[in-house]
Amino acid sequence: MLVIELVLGCNRALSGGNSLKILRLMSPPLMGVEGGGQGNVSCMASSASMDSVSQKGLGLKERNYLGLSDCSSVDSSTVSSLSEENKINLNLKATELRLGLPGSQSPERDPEPNLLSSGKLDEKLWFPLIPSKDGICSSVQKVVVSGNKRGYSDTIDGLPEMKGSMFIEGNWMFNAAVTDSETQKSAGQAKFSGNAGMNVMLPSGLSGTQTTTMKDGPTKASQERAHATNGTSHNKVNSSNNNASPPAAKAQVVGWPPIRAYRKNTLATSSKNNDEVDGKPGPGALFVKVSMDGAPYLRKVDLRSYSTYQELSSALEKMFSCFTIGQCGSQGAPGREMLSESKLRDLLHGSEYVLTYEDKDGDWMLVGDVPWETRWSLLFPAACATWDALRFHYTSGSKPVSRAAGLGSNSKFFDACARNLSELGP
Amino acid sequence: MCLAYMMNYFPEEVLEHVFDFLASHRDRNAVSLVCQSWYRVERFSREKVFIGNCYAIIPERVIARFPRVRSLTLKGKPHFADFNLVPSDWGGFVLPWIEAMARSGVNLEELRLKRMVVSDESLELLARSFPNLRSLVLVSCEGFTTDGLAAIASNCSVTPLGELAIGDADAMVGLILVLAMITPKVALTLFLMELDLQENEVEDCRGQWLSCFPDSCTSLVSLNFACLKGEVNLAALERLVARNHNLRSLRLNHAVPLDALQKILMQAPQLVDLGTGSYVHDPDSDTYNKLKSAVQKCTSIRSLSGFLEDVAPRCLPAIYPICLNLTSLNLSYASLIHSSELIKLIHHCSQLQRLWILDCIGDKGLGVVASTCKELQELRVFPSDIYGVGSAVVTEEGLVAISAGCPKLNSILYFCQQMTNAALITVAKNCPNFIRFRLCTLNPTIPDPVTMQPLDEGFGAIVQSCKGLKRLSLSGLLTDQVFLYIGMYAEQLEMLSVAFAGNSDKGMLYVLNGCKKLKKLEIRDSPFGNVALLADVGKYETMRSLWMSSCEVTLGACKTLAKKMPRLNVEVINENDLIDASSDDRQKVEKMYLYRTLVGPREDAPEFVWTL
Repeated sequence: MLVIELVLGCNRALSGGNSLKILRLMSPPLMGVEGGGQGNVSCMASSASMDSVSQKGLGLKERNYLGLSDCSSVDSSTVSSLSEENKINLNLKATELRLGLPGSQSPERDPEPNLLSSGKLDEKLWFPLIPSKDGICSSVQKVVVSGNKRGYSDTIDGLPEMKGSMFIEGNWMFNAAVTDSETQKSAGQAKFSGNAGMNVMLPSGLSGTQTTTMKDGPTKASQERAHATNGTSHNKVNSSNNNASPPAAKAQVVGWPPIRAYRKNTLATSSKNNDEVDGKPGPGALFVKVSMDGAPYLRKVDLRSYSTYQELSSALEKMFSCFTIGQCGSQGAPGREMLSESKLRDLLHGSEYVLTYEDKDGDWMLVGDVPWETRWSLLFPAACATWDALRFHYTSGSKPVSRAAGLGSNSKFFDACARNLSELGP
Repeated sequence: MCLAYMMNYFPEEVLEHVFDFLASHRDRNAVSLVCQSWYRVERFSREKVFIGNCYAIIPERVIARFPRVRSLTLKGKPHFADFNLVPSDWGGFVLPWIEAMARSGVNLEELRLKRMVVSDESLELLARSFPNLRSLVLVSCEGFTTDGLAAIASNCSVTPLGELAIGDADAMVGLILVLAMITPKVALTLFLMELDLQENEVEDCRGQWLSCFPDSCTSLVSLNFACLKGEVNLAALERLVARNHNLRSLRLNHAVPLDALQKILMQAPQLVDLGTGSYVHDPDSDTYNKLKSAVQKCTSIRSLSGFLEDVAPRCLPAIYPICLNLTSLNLSYASLIHSSELIKLIHHCSQLQRLWILDCIGDKGLGVVASTCKELQELRVFPSDIYGVGSAVVTEEGLVAISAGCPKLNSILYFCQQMTNAALITVAKNCPNFIRFRLCTLNPTIPDPVTMQPLDEGFGAIVQSCKGLKRLSLSGLLTDQVFLYIGMYAEQLEMLSVAFAGNSDKGMLYVLNGCKKLKKLEIRDSPFGNVALLADVGKYETMRSLWMSSCEVTLGACKTLAKKMPRLNVEVINENDLIDASSDDRQKVEKMYLYRTLVGPREDAPEFVWTL
């Protein structure tokens, strides 16, 4: 049910950039109401996008780029048998505790629940090979015990499925797939396996502790592959990578993707001087991008310019009420229920929504549970490099615990994608 | 041959006049090799000098060779510096160049710098020493503050500045083209006309530098300060725009709000190139309505960029009226425009030749581009979310659609989630005119997701079909096979970027053996080692530079290379003290940069850079 997660946490936490990411909480009813297709894809970064990727792949295959003789060799039967093969191999690998790339399984995802059978749960707990969107929530155990924290999920009693559900860390970059050695003919692919093994998905709880730089990863992999003979040393590569000290996430590769540092900084911190004091950029600005499902734009707010939770709430309300007024008339597609301004206001003022964020352990925490004054120092310590995800969901239920049952029926989720503008720390 | 023989009898004035028609540096270089007389004529008539590596030669030598130089283009750090692979204090200082030119009394009119360290001191010296300076273009430079800009601006009183631009290299090309078309020659010789600041890291000390342009400064043709982070003096800006009637290119930074934009547009309907700053406003407001009418009068705008801040979606229709005129649109920093708004906008831009956009436009949006922009020649699709939620991405589908819909496409930079061989083969068939083809899969070693095969065949098809390809960037899972194709087919290739590719030394050898015109080769995280490095050391003298990082090259091999080739500088960048200089030569070199040079080891190298 609810939720899907995708956390890019691992990557981002390690990336050193203080970027905070956007994650969304989904519920099927919501998706229905909101025209979920879109939400679905956009929200579920890891699993959903992989899924769609694989679908796309298949679609392409069928179309075969008409007239392209070069790919005619790939017919659907080949593909299906290949999938079959992959599946078997994947299962083998799972039992070996082999780590793989999320999403790779999508094309050959077994419709039967056997991949999610309890026998493999142990591996999946820590190394979720199969971030299938139907499977995750129901079958995977909560990896990170939240201890005495009150997480968002803990508060939603009304949704039993939520309980014990986890947020799987998917490394979106590696939706490439686990390739199996049998289908690999060249050492190049052995190399890929090396990378695959390297990109172990860690449970989010570990992400903060991971300190190896990515640089070691590829180097290691390349060394491995230098010794590897065509495809045959596949397992060796994998196992050695398993043994390798903390696996690194791809996003941490210095300089990859090759985007100019200036562009990175600019996109991440497009307006740090808004908080200027005496002509100098203030140390305190903390911008987060806030989006609303179905809204055609994001808004950016400086969290530090609000002194209370209520202030922030009403500011967000104001921002999006403008949108709802405008859109209700023009875009009132059937089944796409937009909140009217008044309704939104009611909901906000009536505390039908709560603001949540994801902490470094991948738990959804209630923003309101943290005293406002301490929040930002907690969330964004000066030297923070590991705060990966801050997200806000407006969800119904003034007290999430008691009102959670209402979630999904008429709730509106606001998602926030938060970016800690890197140089903002003192 | 016969003609050349006859030309020996022409008076040198005639030769000089003939040479004036040679625009490209390459042609002029060739001409200067014909005979002594041609060498002499060319030497004294060359006014534009391009130095691709500021350490390849010393400034004194350049000035001695071309005493009448008026326009100098200099490049500093290796290209990978853009991606933080080169330590920030590696070098690339412009100050020695400016000092040398100032000493020699060079009549400098134009200075274009890329990836160089430009101190305020340099800018002040520049402003003081060259009274005829009219164009300053800084691309991806660092080290200066707005104080330095103020020095440039205030010297306009004495020395009229024509162009001041700070920004991105590739944007630079387009801008110069625009300026070349629109700049009245007379004005060029009289005043500073261009200040172009592109994608520089500038320390913003104060927002008052704009008011340093004196009231007498009326010659400005181009002003680009989109990369400045600080506030600007809006009143000064408006006055500056109002009195510079020749202003054609104006790119504002994010601190310029919509109402200021509206006032500026009222003053400057002649603009050809506009970069908006912030673009947030209430679409029902009076200001917005004024903006709408101001925009409608700006019928000469051909190039639009900016939208650096939040973009209120219902404000975008204000620019629809000028969209049909646009040939260049850069929305690559407009990270907050939703894809549906982007698509609506694109629908109005049927004349686009150049489009830079974020991948949130999606495959669907690229399909709209393909069906709308039939004139498109250059497309860049940047990742909107570099760490990747992956909510809005483009794949091979978008690229195939573009290649099918835009037959004139010759340059692409495409960041995507995945790519297939089939798609690349289709693209190669559809667009054989590529000059620049840069593909970047966000996962650098992702195979073809359909077949799980490496992308060798796809890139092979690109190099085979695009005969004129000069620049190629590879990504995705690749084996040595792709390098075989490149070596075989990419005859015109000048710059190749390789990351996480290949299996053995063979890969690099194919490229070095095959690509006769290769100038720059940059390789990272690939298993190429000493054998490949040392196989043909003479090749490096025909190239500008070679970068290898996280490869299999050892210190010993670098030493051997340096010994054999005295005219190469082989720099080992020992950033984190990973290498112990005294111990054995079998240690791998983390970063190696080699380039040909006439002057030997540079003197300004920091401690961690060893020139062997």
